[in-house]
Amino acid sequence: MPLPDKRSSIGEAISAIGDGASVMLGGFGVPGTPFCLIRELVRQGPRNLTVIKNDANEARMGVDWLLENGQVAKLVTSHIGLNPTAMRLMNEAAIEVEFVPQGILAERIRVAGAGMMGFVSDIGLGTAVEEGKQRVSVDGKPGLLETALRADFALVHANKADAFGNLYFSAAARNFNPLMAMAASRTIVEAEAIVPFGTLAPENVHLSGAFVDAVVELNELPEVYGVVQR
Amino acid sequence: MSSNAKARMLKRAAADILSGMTVNLGIGLPTEVLQYVSPSTAVCLHSENGIAGVGQVSAPEKADRNLIDAGGAYVSIIPGTAFFDSAVSFAIVRSGRLDLSLLGAFQVASNGDLANWKIPGKFSPGMGGAIELAQKARRVGVIMMHTDSKGNPKILSQCSLPLTAKGHVNRIYTDMAVFDITAEGLCLREIADGTSLAELEALTSATFRVPNQDLPRF
Repeated sequence: MPLPDKRSSIGEAISAIGDGASVMLGGFGVPGTPFCLIRELVRQGPRNLTVIKNDANEARMGVDWLLENGQVAKLVTSHIGLNPTAMRLMNEAAIEVEFVPQGILAERIRVAGAGMMGFVSDIGLGTAVEEGKQRVSVDGKPGLLETALRADFALVHANKADAFGNLYFSAAARNFNPLMAMAASRTIVEAEAIVPFGTLAPENVHLSGAFVDAVVELNELPEVYGVVQR
Repeated sequence: MSSNAKARMLKRAAADILSGMTVNLGIGLPTEVLQYVSPSTAVCLHSENGIAGVGQVSAPEKADRNLIDAGGAYVSIIPGTAFFDSAVSFAIVRSGRLDLSLLGAFQVASNGDLANWKIPGKFSPGMGGAIELAQKARRVGVIMMHTDSKGNPKILSQCSLPLTAKGHVNRIYTDMAVFDITAEGLCLREIADGTSLAELEALTSATFRVPNQDLPRF
């Protein structure tokens, strides 16, 4: 009994994303950012998106394409300091930006992917992070209720995938990718290579294809995936 | 400030990075401390984007496109490096596995409050991982120039900027002095060569205790 084949064309995979959707984007800086899926999202042009990503990439890269194209209504992120467009749009109130401490962002996504409603943490007690959150007490100690963060879609970059969507990530390109892949109603993967079943040793599968809905193979990697020259 | 004073500050902070530690170094001055840590010191460097055992910065022609640290520098692996996702990375931070977090600062207060992520109306890029690093490492060190670019004190009796974490800084390294934050408040531990106690008091907007014995110089 073979595993299901989830290979898809990039156009078909992204066409499910409509106006007003929430979209998680993997990546921390360049490594792990699904640039080709983002570029297709720009080409197809759904608007009023809520984008959830650790950072806003840099000028002329990834999230910046969506911002410049006016497709983003809200950004949920931990840091946008390397993207002047994001900083400007936030300051002009043209987009809403919700800052979340990086590990709390990761954990809210992880918890959503684990089928939970939230968790309690003491991170940010006594700082602005506390605003708008419910204080709860656990064993007599104060904490903040952090809600699970789900999305309609997750766009994920993997180094290798099989047709079922079992994934292998490179080096520091793992970051938010497996977490987001677990936390969306529909998870779309771009892989640098789709390898035959059995090529990925079971022990080296970083994310089970059980979480994946569509796998797109990248035939070539555009320059944006390369080493950033500063 | 002379580059000499900066180098002595970096060297002094490096002396507190000991064999056996797991350490996270913030962007800027904290990362510069690394050049003064002896290569024989056995340290596990952690990076927020999912690395334990960060190696040296790569030469441009050897850079791996998938291997950056949290500051965006291309780095290398060492024997024993591990990669993991961002949730695991911050599990390491929040569960107290970091022996030391070294951070930069806009302001530090004598009660250990730290402000380093936001200047309302001027600078608001987001907190990244700073809140968790400042709140949960077993020891939190701040390394910064003693005054800002206009010469204003950065060590205060109370922070005026939004806080990163409340009451968690243990030690402050500046180009003029080393202070500890203790139950008795701010305590001067060491003073830089060429700095007088009077100068230090004039440029520090918080009262601090001065030990009775001779102050070590660095």
